Amino acid sequence: MASKAQTPAAPQTQGFAYSALLLGWLVPGAGHLLTRHWIRALLLFISITAMFALGLAMQARVYAPNTGDPLDMLGFAGDLGTGLLYFIARIFSLGATTVQLVTADYGTKFVVVAGLLNFVAAVDAHNLRIGRKS
Amino acid sequence: MTYAPSHFTAVLLFATFASVVFAITQRSSPRAMVKYGLYCWALFVGSVIAASWLMYFIRK
Repeated sequence: MASKAQTPAAPQTQGFAYSALLLGWLVPGAGHLLTRHWIRALLLFISITAMFALGLAMQARVYAPNTGDPLDMLGFAGDLGTGLLYFIARIFSLGATTVQLVTADYGTKFVVVAGLLNFVAAVDAHNLRIGRKS
Repeated sequence: MTYAPSHFTAVLLFATFASVVFAITQRSSPRAMVKYGLYCWALFVGSVIAASWLMYFIRK
């Protein structure tokens, strides 16, 4: 006799379901802070912010919104992943507009990858918030 | 402030920070996170060293 499959009821989230996703995007690790994963939040904040700051210290190019070269557009999308850090960098004109040093190219990659990693961290925070991950 | 690390230092920094994020986001338990983080770090650094030797022999 076939038994009925027992599927656990999806946990009910209080408030706005996408708050961890948005907060995690704006401030690295903040989404995990919202889901009360303190150590994960701290490690994510340190890793992503340090990567972004080291990139800027290496004279990274910070991409502006553009419709030109597809690689520049992808660079902008990656940079945007760092949330408020990107806007702070743009407001205070941090980084370089063109790559002039060898290490500046590494720095540019550090900033783009910091943004992409922050997207992954924000989605992870969302999964924790809605109960898809424990 | 300008920071100009060597290529290998940049690799070590990149591998460390990326591995921490991968470990936290791709695994659930702390023990599995540590194991996966070390695995990612070793793959990042190991693949760079392997690629460096490969380029050295191609150039020769």
